[in-house]
Amino acid sequence: MADSSTLKTTQTADHELVAASAGGEVASFEKETLSFVEKTHRFFHANPTAAPAIVLLLAVIAFSMIIGDRFLHPFNMSLILQQVTIIGILGIAQTLIILTAGIDLSVGAIMVLTSVIMGKMAIDVGLPPEIALLAGIAAGAIAGYINGILVTLFRLPPFIVTLGTWNIFFALNLWYSKSETIRSQAIEQTAPLLHWTGHTIELFGAKLTYGSLLMLALFALIWYALNWTAWGKHVYATGDDPGAASLAGIRTNRILMSVYIVAGAICAIGAWALIGRIGSVSPQAGMTANLDSITAVVIGGCSLFGGRGSIFGTLIGALVVGVFRNGLALAGVDVLWQEFTVGLLIIVAVGMDQWIRKV
Amino acid sequence: MNNSKSTVLQARGLVKRYGHVTALDGADFDLYPGEILAVIGDNGAGKSSLIKALSGALVPDRGTVKLDNETVNFKSPMDARNAGIETVYQNLAVAPSLDIADNLYLGREQLRPGILGKVFRMLDKKAMHDNARQKLSELGLLTIQNINQAVETLSGGQRQGVAVARSAAFAKHVVIMDEPTAALGVKESRRVLNLIKDVRDRGLSVVLISHNMPHVFEVADRIHIHRLGKRHAVIKPDTHTMSEAVAIMTGAMDPHEHAAGAFAV
Repeated sequence: MADSSTLKTTQTADHELVAASAGGEVASFEKETLSFVEKTHRFFHANPTAAPAIVLLLAVIAFSMIIGDRFLHPFNMSLILQQVTIIGILGIAQTLIILTAGIDLSVGAIMVLTSVIMGKMAIDVGLPPEIALLAGIAAGAIAGYINGILVTLFRLPPFIVTLGTWNIFFALNLWYSKSETIRSQAIEQTAPLLHWTGHTIELFGAKLTYGSLLMLALFALIWYALNWTAWGKHVYATGDDPGAASLAGIRTNRILMSVYIVAGAICAIGAWALIGRIGSVSPQAGMTANLDSITAVVIGGCSLFGGRGSIFGTLIGALVVGVFRNGLALAGVDVLWQEFTVGLLIIVAVGMDQWIRKV
Repeated sequence: MNNSKSTVLQARGLVKRYGHVTALDGADFDLYPGEILAVIGDNGAGKSSLIKALSGALVPDRGTVKLDNETVNFKSPMDARNAGIETVYQNLAVAPSLDIADNLYLGREQLRPGILGKVFRMLDKKAMHDNARQKLSELGLLTIQNINQAVETLSGGQRQGVAVARSAAFAKHVVIMDEPTAALGVKESRRVLNLIKDVRDRGLSVVLISHNMPHVFEVADRIHIHRLGKRHAVIKPDTHTMSEAVAIMTGAMDPHEHAAGAFAV
């Protein structure tokens, strides 16, 4: 056997002798000399949150120079946090979906529908507020489950599925609420728990709502799940390359289902924060929340092609939008320029992603 | 046929039809302990279907697969993996944005001992990284500086190395490699071929699917020639030449007319 294999080697591998004499290790991590652009690219590739973090930092510096103390005051900072709370929570749900290379246009509709369910259950049906809250969260999970079934079992594109369910959930919301708002006073009397997210604590002049703290806790929880559990690794792998993931033994449909269900439940927690913020339950609230959540995720550096991005990027993305809106408003700039700036940020962020994704 | 030796992996009469297309037409297969068996065949001969049936990616319509003389019914690649058969796929099946250690443990992550693992499902990242580093250096494959490097930043040969290391690290019986050198340069191929021999020398059986005759003839102990959905012949690199192998594979030569016969096992 040994004879024959040496024989074969001499017969067949003449061309390899030349290559072998060329020396050098092929499969080693060589020290390379990189240009500045390549180094920058490597850095952003390895740290997807870096770009939005730099934008946030520059924006804060710029606005504090233009506006001064009024902008940097803890109260104003906590106001920005309050303003981004709902978009931040929906952004968590949206991040999970986008990491799997999907998109969820129905997050806002799920939020409004579940807020109506929470309000109706507590006020009209007269359930204890805790049960009403849980019913809302369960309804959110069911709504996510419906999206998940359509995406996995019927193999429909997430964009189309959630475009459809967006309309369906919104119509159900109008039907169930009869387009009527539940007044804040009624909630305060019978179900103060639903207002809990709107209560504030004072900290060095900052007014933090429990809703904002709830958002931060959710970010931490999902960060843990994505980075420290097998489920998180499987979410990334499924979004990255579903074929490879299933060959590696991951049941990708199960992962997708779990992601849509969790996202639906998170939207319902967003509904709780929404009731706390506006006080009443309005079937017309949160109309722009769908697209705003996508904006936060995209500016946060998540790739729309899946498998790439971090959950804290979304928090930073939401804060970037909040800081720009707040700063421009304080500087007395017309509201239309806020929209203009946000649009610009989206395009820059997606452009960055296209560049960063290249290896 | 040599029936005195016991097989590690054996298949008899595998049939798989897709509509009017017959991918497997009563295919047999034998793999012995500690050998490298090359599987060659023309495009459309049914090699891939055979390999998929052995690795659980395809459920045959008829026929039996035996692992260590026990009949097995793989319903998914997971079943085959749990039984100790690892497959390196041609398209590598790695998650590009995850790092090397994550990829090595993808689908079989290790949890922290105690309450952190049981209740909080926390991954034991340190153990997985340490083990990954050890496996890779054991195989002498990579001088890893940064095991946290995303797989997409690696070269083709390095990625192949990660895929081979993953299968070699976890296989208990059999490693199946589908065209492991197809996308590689000369020197990278050399490394992977040496790695395949290393895997065999560690006592595992290797099934190597390849179109590259010099590679097949260099590393294989036996060569299974697949033709028209079944095993056409089994030859040895020292009884047949490469051109004879190709002639048998394409139907230009009747393997029985060769001095060594069709089943020179």
